Amino acid sequence: MKVLTGNRLIDGEAIWYSPVGWIETLAGADVAADKAAEERLEAIGRQAFADNFALDIELIDVQIVDGEIVPLRLRERIRAAGPTTRTDLGKQAAHAARAG
Amino acid sequence: MYRYDEFDREFVNARVAQFRDQVERRLSGELTEEQFRPLRLMNGVYLQLHAYMLRIAVPYGTLSPRQLRMLAHIARKYDKGYGHFTTRQNIQFNWPALADIPDILADLASVEMHALQTSGNCIRNVTADHFAGAAADEVADPRPYAEILRQWSSVHPEFSYLPRKFKIAVTGAARDRAAIQTHDIGLHLKKNADGELGFAVYVGGGQGRTPIVAKKIRDFLPEADLLSYTTAIMRVYNLYGRRDNKYKARIKILVHETGTEEFARQVEAEWAELSDTALKLPEADIRAIETYFTPPDLPARPEGDDAVRQARLDSRSFSEWLDQNVVTHRHPDYAAVTISLKGIGETPGDASAAQMEAVADIAEAYAFDELRVSHEQNLILPHVARADLRAVYDALVGIGLATANSNLITDIIACPGLDYCALANARSIPVAQAISRRFADLERQRDIGELKLKISGCINACGHHHVGHIGILGVEKKGAELYQVTLGGSGDENTSIGEIVGRGFGPDEITDAIETVVDTYLGLRLGRDEKFLDAYRRVGAAPFKEALYGAESKAA
Ligand code: SF4
Repeated sequence: MKVLTGNRLIDGEAIWYSPVGWIETLAGADVAADKAAEERLEAIGRQAFADNFALDIELIDVQIVDGEIVPLRLRERIRAAGPTTRTDLGKQAAHAARAG
Repeated sequence: MYRYDEFDREFVNARVAQFRDQVERRLSGELTEEQFRPLRLMNGVYLQLHAYMLRIAVPYGTLSPRQLRMLAHIARKYDKGYGHFTTRQNIQFNWPALADIPDILADLASVEMHALQTSGNCIRNVTADHFAGAAADEVADPRPYAEILRQWSSVHPEFSYLPRKFKIAVTGAARDRAAIQTHDIGLHLKKNADGELGFAVYVGGGQGRTPIVAKKIRDFLPEADLLSYTTAIMRVYNLYGRRDNKYKARIKILVHETGTEEFARQVEAEWAELSDTALKLPEADIRAIETYFTPPDLPARPEGDDAVRQARLDSRSFSEWLDQNVVTHRHPDYAAVTISLKGIGETPGDASAAQMEAVADIAEAYAFDELRVSHEQNLILPHVARADLRAVYDALVGIGLATANSNLITDIIACPGLDYCALANARSIPVAQAISRRFADLERQRDIGELKLKISGCINACGHHHVGHIGILGVEKKGAELYQVTLGGSGDENTSIGEIVGRGFGPDEITDAIETVVDTYLGLRLGRDEKFLDAYRRVGAAPFKEALYGAESKAA
C-alpha cells in the first residue's frame, strides 16, 4: 500500500494527498492498494510538481495498523510526526495540543 | 571585528534583492524547481524532512552580540524559537517558510550577515580556531587570513562551479583546534626562523564516505603568497578534479589518486606563473585587515586571582565549571570561556532565542562584545576578566548554560540526523541524549577525562564521527537504525581516522556499547594521566573488541 507525499513549495510543510486534496497530516491520506491507484496518485503528484505547488513528491510504502496509516520507513514516520526529540514541534504538536 | 565596507554592503543588499525576485518568480511559477534549486542553494536554502532549512554563515565563527540578537529575533519571528549551531561554525534554522526567507536575509544584512556560499560547489565558510585572538599558545590571530580568503573567494567567478564543495580552515597555534587536517585546504599559521609569518599548507583532507587525512605540501609559505598559492591549488583541482562521479569529486580523491608529491609538483608549477602577479598580498593590505581584528584593550585586573580563589571556596559547582570550561588567556588577568550547548540530555548545538539574547547580554557586560562559535557546537566568550568569571558563571546558570563538560564525554558533537535531515539514515540526537544521560554524573565524567564523542546520522559525516575518539555512525539496515562504532579517531594536530570496531548496535544497545568501551578503557589505562586516545593508541582495538563482542570477536 502506498500514499502520496511531498513538501509544499511556499513553506516546505510536509503534505499528503487525500480524497479532498492535499492535507497537512498523514491521517486521512488516500491509500493506494493496487497498481492502478498508484498510477493515479503518481499522475496527481506530477501535476502538483508541474503546478509549482509541491516538491520532493513521492509515493511511500505504508501499512494500516489499528485503522491508522503507518509508513514502513522510520524516515516517513518522523516526517509525519515531527522530530522525535521535540514532540512540541511538527505535526505531533497539534495532536498533543488537541489531546491535552 | 571585520566591518562591512561600502562594497560589501552594496553587494549583500543586491543579493538579497536578487533572491527576493527569484523567490517571487519561483512562487509565481515563472521559474521551475530545476532552475530555482541551484539559486536557493547559493543562498543557503535546503529542503529537509519537515520544512526548508536556512544555513547562515558565521565567518570564522566570530559573532557580535548584535548579530546574536538578530539570530534570536529570526528564531522567534520566522522560526520556532531556536537555532542549531553546526560543526562548520554556522547556524541553521529548521523551519523557515520559503516566502519569508528574503525578509530573513534582509534582517541578516542589517547586521552584516548572510547565507552566501553555505552550500553548493564553491569555497564555503572559512573556519578558524575558536580561541583565535585569545589563546595563550597562539603565534598570531588566524582570522585576518580567513577574512582575506573570504573576500577573495566570495563569488569568485573561476571557483563558483568547482567539481565539489571546498572547505578551508586556518589555525594560528601548534595545537590545532580547527581540525585543519580534515579540510580540503588546512593552513597552519606559524613563524619561520627569521620570525616571519607564513603557513604550513595541508591539502586533501576530508571526512564523508572516504575519510582521508590531509597531506602537507609545503612547510612554510610566506603570508604574502597566501592567495597566489591557494589559487594555484584551486586551479589544479578545478582542472583535474573529477566531475564524472560525485563520490570522487573532492580534492582529497585527486590528491590521493595523483600522489602527494606529483600533486605538490603540479601546484608549484602553476604557482610559478602566479606568484608575482596581482595575487601577491601587499604587506600594507594584510596589516590593514589585521586592524579589524585588533583585540579589545584589556585593562589590568589583578584582583582576579583573589576573586577566583574566593569564588572557588564559595561554590563547588563554580569550581568545577572553572576547571572544565575556562582556559588560559594570553593575558594573565583574563580567561576564555566555553559556554556548553551540551546540557545533559539536551540537543547538542541547539540554543533558544532567549538563551541567545542572554548570551549576547553577557558578552556585552563582561566580554568586550566578542563571541565565537566553535566547531564543537559550543559558544565561546574569548576575553573575560578572571575577576568577572563568577558573575559570568552565575548569569549562565540562570539560563541553563553552565554545564561543566567541555571536552568530556557528554560534550558530544551530533549532527541533526534523521530528526531533521533529508539525507539521514538514522537519528543522531536521541543517541547523544541517551549517552549524555548515562554519563550525567560529573565526577564520573571527570574520572574518564578528555573524551571526544562524535555522532553522524549518515556517511556524509557532518557530525565528524571519523575523528571522534569514539565515533558513532548511523546507518539503515533492513529498515531499522543501526549504529557503527569507530575508535581512535582524532581531529587535532595528530589527526587520525577512527577504525570500525565491529558489527553495529541497535538503538537500544548503543548506549550500553559505549559504556562498555569506556569501562574497558578505565580498566586498562596506566593511570588517570593516560587519556582515552593515548590508551587506545597504545593497546589498539583488540581489548575493546573482546569486551564488546566476546567470543564472537575471536571467531571472526
Ligand atoms: S551527517 Fe548525514 S544525517 Fe547528519 S546532517 Fe550530515 S547529511 Fe544529515
